[in-house]
Amino acid sequence: MTPAEILAQINDILRDLLDDDSIQLTPETTSKQVAGWDSALHISLIVAVEHRFDIKFQTAELEELKDVGQLVRLVASKTS
Amino acid sequence: MERERFYWLPPCRDWSGEFGTLSKTDPAEAWSGIVKLARTRLEYVQSERLARAVGRLCGELPPNSLPTRPIRLALLGSSTVDHLTASLRIGGARRDLWVDSYTGSYGQYWQELENPDSGLFRFRPTTVLFAFDAAHIVGHAGEFTASTEADEFTDAAIERVEGFWTMAKERLGASVIQQTLLPVSPPLMGGNEHRLPWSPAYLVSQFNWKLRAAADRARIDLLAIDRAIESDGLDAWHDSALWLRAKQEVRPGAAPAYGDLVARLLAAQQGRASKCLVLDLDNTLWGGTIGDDGLGGIVLGEGNAAGEAFLSFQRYVRRLSRRGVILAVCSKNDEHNARLPFSSHPEMMLKADDIACFVANWSDKASNLRDIAGRLNIGLDSFVFADDNPFERNIVRQELPMVMVPELPEDPARYAACIADAGYFDTTQLTKEDFERATLYRDNAKRRSLESSTTDLAGYLRSLNMQLHYGQFEDISGARVTQLINKTNQFNLTTKRYSEDGVKRLAGDPEAIALHFRLVDQFGDNGIISVVIALPTEHSQVLEIDTWLMSCRVLGRQVEHAAMNVLAEKARQRGIKAFLGRFIPTAKNAMVANHYESFGFLPMGAHENGATLWRLELDRFNPISNPISLIEESL
Repeated sequence: MTPAEILAQINDILRDLLDDDSIQLTPETTSKQVAGWDSALHISLIVAVEHRFDIKFQTAELEELKDVGQLVRLVASKTS
Repeated sequence: MERERFYWLPPCRDWSGEFGTLSKTDPAEAWSGIVKLARTRLEYVQSERLARAVGRLCGELPPNSLPTRPIRLALLGSSTVDHLTASLRIGGARRDLWVDSYTGSYGQYWQELENPDSGLFRFRPTTVLFAFDAAHIVGHAGEFTASTEADEFTDAAIERVEGFWTMAKERLGASVIQQTLLPVSPPLMGGNEHRLPWSPAYLVSQFNWKLRAAADRARIDLLAIDRAIESDGLDAWHDSALWLRAKQEVRPGAAPAYGDLVARLLAAQQGRASKCLVLDLDNTLWGGTIGDDGLGGIVLGEGNAAGEAFLSFQRYVRRLSRRGVILAVCSKNDEHNARLPFSSHPEMMLKADDIACFVANWSDKASNLRDIAGRLNIGLDSFVFADDNPFERNIVRQELPMVMVPELPEDPARYAACIADAGYFDTTQLTKEDFERATLYRDNAKRRSLESSTTDLAGYLRSLNMQLHYGQFEDISGARVTQLINKTNQFNLTTKRYSEDGVKRLAGDPEAIALHFRLVDQFGDNGIISVVIALPTEHSQVLEIDTWLMSCRVLGRQVEHAAMNVLAEKARQRGIKAFLGRFIPTAKNAMVANHYESFGFLPMGAHENGATLWRLELDRFNPISNPISLIEESL
């Protein structure tokens, strides 16, 4: 799966979780720029991403994430 | 085999299409669309989205047409619980329940219970659910050397929790649900963990075990997530990484299952658990087709795995009926063929007598289900329809969306688990009537067959030799009276509900007339079937009829006439001059709109919400003739 496809899937998941179809993620997006993306929602997002891509994250990996691009790369490294 | 979550629900075939349509729906119609989607197998993110969309689609208030009482649930946890609230909405919607929830500040439940100005008090919960994590309850236990110390420790923990229940009941007037502890601590000894008195795993299981008795004493209900993990496994419910990262004891992926378990309890508390299991026959109760294979050819009974699988399903169904679930048959068959195994197959566990209503013909199943509902006098929304045939399941879902239709697994060995896992019949308490219900409905079927052979209704009613036993509420009738008050929707003038404590208070109130009625006839004892409560008003010598309800099982038998005579006589004895009566319309009680008028009450006006007020001067009331003899029960 290409990084663009992964990004699109994550975008869909976040739209569902926040019930907001106007969300348009880019690799540079950070959680602070999306209304409603707080720490609780972040956990739900991670859980949903794990489920969607059938992967598991390590706690330490998640602590390093700074923006959506890094999450996409992390998913890519686990699905390739 | 790993089971998919909610495997008994049909898959959602076109989520984005259905959700898109829903987003364009008129707010008044949106709720039924949400209910419909909630009854399909949604993914976690879809379920979260649906929950978030409820406010946007329906507004902040429950729809007017809601057939249930809206619920305001305070979820008070000792760790993070906010991620569970969306699932409470959806679990509720699956049962047509509107659930608003409140979680308060992290770990502050005790302070909020203590403080009448807290957000908790402002929320005005109808139900408080205490969700304590295992660490909160047993984490501070010492390294006990004697088992008596462990025992004292869990006793003290139970006592502390009981204190919270009392606070929630007395200060908030809420009903209480207590979540059992999740057994998250890994064992230190293994199978004989109980020999280590300070083992957290052992303390948790001891606490959970003691919780059962404490809940019975306090008359509160348990949310037994410890039981759920017996079938789902701990990993399905708990992720130790998420516990450490976010103090979420129940993992977000388990939230939908959590919400469903809570909603089952809430539904049962409102008398909304399913009541009747309607069974297909061929390949549901036995293997093969009775019409083609004949009595000797169908697969049922000991000796081969398939035959034993059907037998064990029948055994489960029979046990359900013994504890109050009504059974019916709906089969496409010649009636003679369909009945043959019940009368003549030596290994049939279910007998003709176990089936309250037996329909076998070639009409479509939706019409037959309507017919069964009419004959049994219960609503289609209390039906569960079990059929191995996906075609029949889908057509029934389409025609009768209120009927619950499980996706029965391919393997009959898993039918019973499917019905159990879906939780349709989950209930909070059982009464004597539950254990006798199978007999009651069978007797009713006999009464109706007598009815159909008798054209003279008055003569038929006389032939039943009905006796109405009546008396003031008392301890022994309290549980059944409470159950009847809380689940009767059709013959119910005001649809007021009372807790068991409320019923007790009425029983002890010398100013109130609070009567229960039990009907006995030549076919047997129907148990307590009607309740009438009249309370004093600001005018002396005038009572207002606060509650008048009757089980639909005894509809059309003039029981209400006999009850009115009793009520009038009781009031006269106390020097009462007049009754006020009130009819408050709901989606279900249209059948009693003219109740008071038919007894000669005069109209006193109507309210905007359609409620009508009535008055009867007792000196103008003549007893209504009826075929029922009256027997007063003495205390």
